[in-house]
Amino acid sequence: MSPFLEVRDLVVHRSGQQVLEVSRLAVEAGQTLAVIGPNGAGKSTLLLALAGLLNPSAGEILIQGQVVRPKEQLAYRRRIGLVLQDALLLDTSVFNNIACGLRFRRLPKAETKQRVSLWASRLGIAHLLSRPGRQLSGGEAQRASLGRAFALQPELLLLDEPFSALDAPTRSRLLSDLQTLLQETRLTTVFITHDLDEALMLGDQVAVLLEGRLRQVGTPEQVFAAPSDSEVAAFVGVETIIPGQVLASQEGQVIVEAYSRRFEAVGEIAAGHLVYLCLRPEDVTLWLSPPGGVKASSARNHLTGRINRLVQQGPLVRVVVDCGFPLTALVTRTSGREMGLAEGQEVEATFKASAVHLIGR
Amino acid sequence: MEIIWDGIRQAFQLIFGVDADVWEITLLSLQVSGLATGISLFIGLPLGTWLALGRFRGRGLSLSIVNTGMALPPVVVGLTVSILLWRSGPLGDLRLIYTPAAIIIAQTIIAAPVVTGLTAAALQQLDPRLRLQLLGLGASRWQMVLALWQEARLPLLAALMAGFGSVISEVGASMMVGGNIRHQTRVLTTAIVLETGKGEFARAIALSLILLILAFLVNLVLTWIQQRRAQN
Repeated sequence: MSPFLEVRDLVVHRSGQQVLEVSRLAVEAGQTLAVIGPNGAGKSTLLLALAGLLNPSAGEILIQGQVVRPKEQLAYRRRIGLVLQDALLLDTSVFNNIACGLRFRRLPKAETKQRVSLWASRLGIAHLLSRPGRQLSGGEAQRASLGRAFALQPELLLLDEPFSALDAPTRSRLLSDLQTLLQETRLTTVFITHDLDEALMLGDQVAVLLEGRLRQVGTPEQVFAAPSDSEVAAFVGVETIIPGQVLASQEGQVIVEAYSRRFEAVGEIAAGHLVYLCLRPEDVTLWLSPPGGVKASSARNHLTGRINRLVQQGPLVRVVVDCGFPLTALVTRTSGREMGLAEGQEVEATFKASAVHLIGR
Repeated sequence: MEIIWDGIRQAFQLIFGVDADVWEITLLSLQVSGLATGISLFIGLPLGTWLALGRFRGRGLSLSIVNTGMALPPVVVGLTVSILLWRSGPLGDLRLIYTPAAIIIAQTIIAAPVVTGLTAAALQQLDPRLRLQLLGLGASRWQMVLALWQEARLPLLAALMAGFGSVISEVGASMMVGGNIRHQTRVLTTAIVLETGKGEFARAIALSLILLILAFLVNLVLTWIQQRRAQN
């Protein structure tokens, strides 16, 4: 069966320069693809091409196996919902803003009203419907913008860094609400972001775009734990990501079970939640396993494993330890030499509870 | 000073005393300038939109030409239209010289660049991403243009007011192509020139006051519409 959305050999030029090249990218029905990359990587260009708003120099976009032809652009655009970085609300009421896409499709008035009311209340802005769109706060405006897209009941939702201009608490609330909506609607979504936490939280798949080229696509665990190359690794930063479940949470201390082990972390996530434990390689300390294990340390997490791989990176050595899952540590060359680190060697790895970054999934 | 007071007194007599000549001139001025503004809007709105939103070679040059046209001297327009419509001119067979139609043509040539240029400027002031957002919400090209006009409605009304203002007050072109013929092509501005030339300052002041009141009333209505929408 063909994926819901597929991109083949897509090339985009701007002002005579190639700005995007994607040999293949696919999104399965009901899944969310998070496209990550630094500023200027070509993320928004990709999204505009997917939205049919930019003519690629080469390549094709397929929806449910059917190529989108230039003559069918309007029909295609009416199958999608688009949310941009800025809400770009029209100079009219919130109601009219949410209704505008439905009016473009000439939906009956009663259905328009019903859909606007439904999505305004689901997004918590039902009390703002009569307010002028331009008087809303940033968070409220972005909720209206999301409502405008969801009300269309699109087959494909395209989101271009919709929360990047918001303050942290507002962004966090909106992100959580969007996660709930996407889980409930199972809407096929492409979510552009430069924020790794957002990608982890929303993405079933993560695609890394660097300098206009698609460098890696995979599950969040694959991309973050096994970056395809050093540039991807440098961008994602976090290299150890472990899916787990919160067993207990008390006074900011969280016990998470993953790979039949218990980890301690710091956070405010209730028991039962599914999470990712994220760990940066520089937060992991390696010990040569002494008899009886590591003594006297403030680190709350202790693991034993064998060194799987050693990668020299200038003055540093990236050490991948197999602990039942790949755990990456970063040590200096001097440390590596003095410890006599070698592939196959057994080591003990420790890290503090405060070094673990928990992200809901 | 006495001349001015006489003029003001005579203006009220002319306005409220139902002077048939004055009403005829006023009505013709309104008809001619109103029609010229309407035609300019018909030409300028789509042309300005095309210049603002289109992506084609020579767009910058076209905008420069339109912007230059906004400062077109009415006498130059009058001269050009006169040559074209003159009995022996290329369009002489149409027999339009010294008719209200000739004034409408000349005034349209004056107002159209104003409406076009200000329409283009109004649309270019909008966030360019708004077009992408509208298309991304499923708007057809035509629906997108209508939504952009709606967004730029305040500066577009200002463009209309500027277009009307440029023709209701011009005299050179109307005089040259209309001939200021009594009961046929005499409008307020040409009548003012005539009365001033005859030394009938009081009557000239009276006609000037009527012209000012007329311009004020038309702009009052347009401003009211503009500000009512701004508050909404």
